[in-house]
Amino acid sequence: MSAQRLLDWGLRFYIGVFFVYLFLPLTIMAAATFNDSRFPTIVPWNGTTLKWFGELWADGGMWAALGNSLMVAGGVLCMAIPIGVASALFLTTVESRAKPFVYGLILSPLLTPGVIIGISTLIFWRQFDVSGGLFLTILGQTTFISAYVMLMVMARLQRFDRTLERAALDLGATPWQAFRRVLLPFLKPAILSAAVIAFLQSFENYNTSLFVVGYDTTLTVYIASKVRTGLTPAVNALGLLLILFTVILAIVYETKRRRELKPKGV
Amino acid sequence: MFRQLKARFGSAIAMAVVGVLGVWLIAMVTLPQLQMIDYSFRPSLLPAEIGGPKDHWTLDNYVTLFNNEIHLAIFFKTLWSSVLVTLLTLCVSYPLAYFLAKVASPGQAALCLLLLVIPFWVNEILRTFAWFILLAYSGPLNELLLSMGLIERPIRYMSGDAGVLIGMVYAYILFMVFPLYNAIESLDGNQIRAARDLGAGSLRTHWRIVIPHAKPGIATGCIMTFMLAAGSYAVPALLGSPGSRWFTQIIYNWFFAGGDWNQGAAYAFMLLVLCIGFMSLVMRLFKVGLADIAK
Repeated sequence: MSAQRLLDWGLRFYIGVFFVYLFLPLTIMAAATFNDSRFPTIVPWNGTTLKWFGELWADGGMWAALGNSLMVAGGVLCMAIPIGVASALFLTTVESRAKPFVYGLILSPLLTPGVIIGISTLIFWRQFDVSGGLFLTILGQTTFISAYVMLMVMARLQRFDRTLERAALDLGATPWQAFRRVLLPFLKPAILSAAVIAFLQSFENYNTSLFVVGYDTTLTVYIASKVRTGLTPAVNALGLLLILFTVILAIVYETKRRRELKPKGV
Repeated sequence: MFRQLKARFGSAIAMAVVGVLGVWLIAMVTLPQLQMIDYSFRPSLLPAEIGGPKDHWTLDNYVTLFNNEIHLAIFFKTLWSSVLVTLLTLCVSYPLAYFLAKVASPGQAALCLLLLVIPFWVNEILRTFAWFILLAYSGPLNELLLSMGLIERPIRYMSGDAGVLIGMVYAYILFMVFPLYNAIESLDGNQIRAARDLGAGSLRTHWRIVIPHAKPGIATGCIMTFMLAAGSYAVPALLGSPGSRWFTQIIYNWFFAGGDWNQGAAYAFMLLVLCIGFMSLVMRLFKVGLADIAK
């Protein structure tokens, strides 16, 4: 039994080390924002400063890239949500021999490396004389983000009680009314969560965007190019702000999701 | 297919569903991939020559890859390193997933999961950038090791593949932890207890009970991690050096430095074949289907 104990303690120690490993790099990166040093580091500590936030604020390139990223994310949401919902409706309604094939096709963008999706989008649109830019970035990202939306909507749709729909039809609702008044409200939480995830997926995407973004710049592309050329702690300041933003979003999202998962009245 | 949709939603919505789905699957998922493959079998031509006598299928772009020893070496290095990243990630994640699913109390597990999810939400570029700072030549890690007397001279982590491997394990670990956790969680704890009561040691319990049950999770995690590692551009670009290039960087150069898209398409297709090959191998080894992966 004591060997078992030892093993349990070993496991707990390992978990502790793991979480240090998980958070230490991000903490050091955040801390380097406040170091008065031209190169982002925490050793040696040259004194505490907030000036890198000022630098970041004055950086026009960063603001342009941020604007582009938001625009792309908006475009992706407009396309990926309808596509994802349509796929989920299709997969939960249709029973046919072709279904496994369609299902595989729908999932395939998730199993394809992001760079390949970017490359194929770029090549495909060349014949229509559309070259890399924000429009192709939206299309490229939508290609795989739609599949994430599908998975999330589908998970909820599978718990839908179809007798509700039939009851609405029996009571004289048109199919459109039944969809609009019964199914859509049921799906709303899943669609909202999918929108949050889709937004983040788009906002953080690098691999696909890299190939289709052309001469435009999204925020991730901007950060990567800054790290390679012209790295100052202003990049850390941006990183810190983005981390704070995502952490707040993550906590709100996760707590909301947990509350939904809990059975009502408990 | 359409009839079932129409019976449920009426013809307007049914048409919208089929239309939207069709446009996505045909114009965004299928045709671009086929076009990329077609491109890879054609020579790079001037616009005026397209459709002319020189515009025919050829294996030239693939011959270029197989004749270029450097590119071929990078291709195989990408393959082996991605396998290594996948195995390392699996080893690091397994104890954690097991702890979360079977050892931790529900409260502990919930807290740990939340803590795990947070870095996962942070941009891949930023997570990689964090390691860039940590691993810098005169950075915190070297300073720490020097002051502890463990090393005599600073280490150049980013001149070989070490930095890239470390960065990738860190960047993709959660794609492994979550499938593993989901799989182990569904195992009935009584089975573990029964194995112990019957005299099985810890190792044997894992080998004979937990791991076989977690197979679909292991397969999913490995497929995702391998795909992300082999297709990664950010991590090698930030944590690698010119001497440790990744295959994706060669592809990028064909497109934006070499200006030969057909050649780049051939390289990209090779990368896709690599990922599909790995996926089929894992699915066969672990005897799992596509439906298990999507969970």
